[in-house]
Amino acid sequence: MLTRRKLLKSSAATSLTLAVGGLAVPALAQGAKIRLGYISPQSGPLAAFSEADQFIIDGFLKSEAGANFEVIVKDSQSNPNRAAEVAKELIIDDEIDMMLVASTPETTNPVATTCEAEQIPVISTVAPWQPYFIGQQGNPGDPTSWRPFDFSFHFFWGLEDVISTFTSMWNQLETNKSVGALFPNDGDGNAWGDPNVGFPPVLSAQGYTLTDTGRYQNLTDDFSAQINAFKAANCDIVTGVPIPPDFTTFWTQAKQQGFNPKAASIGKAILFPQAVEALADQGHNLSSEVWWSPSHPFASSISGQSAGDLAGAYSAATGKQWTQPIGFAHALFEMAADVLGRVQDSRNAEEVASAIAATQLASIVGRIAFDGTGLPPFAATNVAKTPLVGGQWRLKDGGGYDLVIVDNSDHPDIPTGGTMEAMS
Amino acid sequence: MIWVDTIAQGILLGGLYALFASGLSLVFGIMRLVNLAHGDLIVMGAYLILVLVTLLGISPFLAVFIAMPLMFALGWLLQRYLLNRTLGDDILPPLLVTFGLSIALQNALLEGFSADSQRLPTSALTTASVNVGPITLGIMPLLTFGSAVLVIVALNQLFYRTELGRAFRATSDDATTASLMGIKPANIFATATGIAMVIVTIAALYLGLRANFDPNIGPARLIYAFEAVIIGGLGSLWGTLLGGIIIGVAQTVGAAINPEWQILAGHIAFLVVLLVRPRGLFPRAHD
Repeated sequence: MLTRRKLLKSSAATSLTLAVGGLAVPALAQGAKIRLGYISPQSGPLAAFSEADQFIIDGFLKSEAGANFEVIVKDSQSNPNRAAEVAKELIIDDEIDMMLVASTPETTNPVATTCEAEQIPVISTVAPWQPYFIGQQGNPGDPTSWRPFDFSFHFFWGLEDVISTFTSMWNQLETNKSVGALFPNDGDGNAWGDPNVGFPPVLSAQGYTLTDTGRYQNLTDDFSAQINAFKAANCDIVTGVPIPPDFTTFWTQAKQQGFNPKAASIGKAILFPQAVEALADQGHNLSSEVWWSPSHPFASSISGQSAGDLAGAYSAATGKQWTQPIGFAHALFEMAADVLGRVQDSRNAEEVASAIAATQLASIVGRIAFDGTGLPPFAATNVAKTPLVGGQWRLKDGGGYDLVIVDNSDHPDIPTGGTMEAMS
Repeated sequence: MIWVDTIAQGILLGGLYALFASGLSLVFGIMRLVNLAHGDLIVMGAYLILVLVTLLGISPFLAVFIAMPLMFALGWLLQRYLLNRTLGDDILPPLLVTFGLSIALQNALLEGFSADSQRLPTSALTTASVNVGPITLGIMPLLTFGSAVLVIVALNQLFYRTELGRAFRATSDDATTASLMGIKPANIFATATGIAMVIVTIAALYLGLRANFDPNIGPARLIYAFEAVIIGGLGSLWGTLLGGIIIGVAQTVGAAINPEWQILAGHIAFLVVLLVRPRGLFPRAHD
């Protein structure tokens, strides 16, 4: 198995030979390997996002396309400063040709900003595009000052997709259209609750009333204020983007205090099966956004594996249930193989960047193309959107939960496994 | 009526904070040791209970009684062979060592248990509640509060009714004179940390039943525990309970005004107490 240590050792050795042998020139032609830097939060509070990394990288390096690559992996430790620091190390010490970075704006943004400054092509994913694009602008408050990036590219969905998915899930149910919101005081919470681009304008346009009690701090131990407000507004629906421990605290307290909404559509907190299992039998029919699942009708451009095969291989190799980041981590390496297969000189950053911009890739997470589909003009150059659908966690007979897709109104090509069910 | 509920919830939350804080208060009171790894030790206790529950298939409430002696032994060894060496006139070494211990524990737990968030298996009890007049109180928060009061009553009995308690107080007041009277401060300190770890185990039980925990969640829990100890005053266990309640009520009242104020209100209450009573509400020792 290729461990991180071995990787670092061998990469140190190769950079030495390169230094002795002269300049590091076009990798493919010379038979030397193309160097990819990969940064993700492998430890710290965001580590659940990166659990499949090793599995994905091992699979990539074993594939035919992967034989041309060397992947240097760094851990952001869930810390934005650390992410920027390891990005610099990869660029300066390891002399990478291209950077790949995944999972949450706290990881993608510092890395993308560093790469943009150092003129190294970077592809990022697993962060909604608004915090990625707007979050890196000098003045996020002034849209006229926003500039596209030259070397930084991103594929994922955006806030508008999650809003549309959640509302069409709620529209499947008979409710009083009263929504309670749990928006924390962090990047995600502020974006979701934003009065211009967040949930409030869309909800009022669709006839929903929103009870937003304000931005609370993460790792709060008591949610009785919110629960009282939701009860007073007679909310049938709860939504929000809390971190997992906060959602467990909220949900347990809500049950204790007799607050039983018909639907709870929660972003971020219940992405991973472990977080839902932490609710024991109280997680049945919680709903969430689904960016990737084994039933997505897509296949890998590297191995030809279907989404279901990849998830199955992961479960077989690790004994764990599939999680959504698996598909996107794989797609990052698909992007690298596809883009660098289309360039003459992998060390020519301009050429690589224009190759990324010209991408038309049918990947395991759907089609990736930077053609501006579904995006406002200012983000069209740097962002490619992937499909988003809605799912519900269903309690299995023998314990544990399955994520079933219940809404595909935005992307009918992704099959549903059932319809939205009310919680109470 | 919402205000009655808000204050009741705040008091119950205070019980949880007091439980987090009592072990810290005990150690701080006896040997002036600020244990920065306290939060991580609580998380470690929660993992220990989780392992016992998984291995033996028993209820967390039973597992905690197996975990207690194990944690006592661990605390005793930790104090006897590591922390005692750091105690002295300089206050920096114990801070640095416990800070290092905190990082080492977090990473060891991360290696051993991965970053997945865990929760102790819960029963119907977790979401059960009772109606007290117009308000609804969860059984679990009530149990937490009851345990905090029990722990503090038991510790007070130990302190003021037993020979060990006398030795604790004597060593706390003047370790040199106490050792002239035949008390071995090193052993007294080790026993005190052992007892603190038993309380840590109880805190871990409620931490694990209440919400998810993962290896990195410890430090966030430490700050409220510290504030509760400081508000209560050095060496006063009832003060620690009151300190916890003050922070808990300040948080829920702050949240009822605006959730943005929740955490801040707790910290402000702490600063106000410090302004008015710099040595806390009920300081026992005079140093």
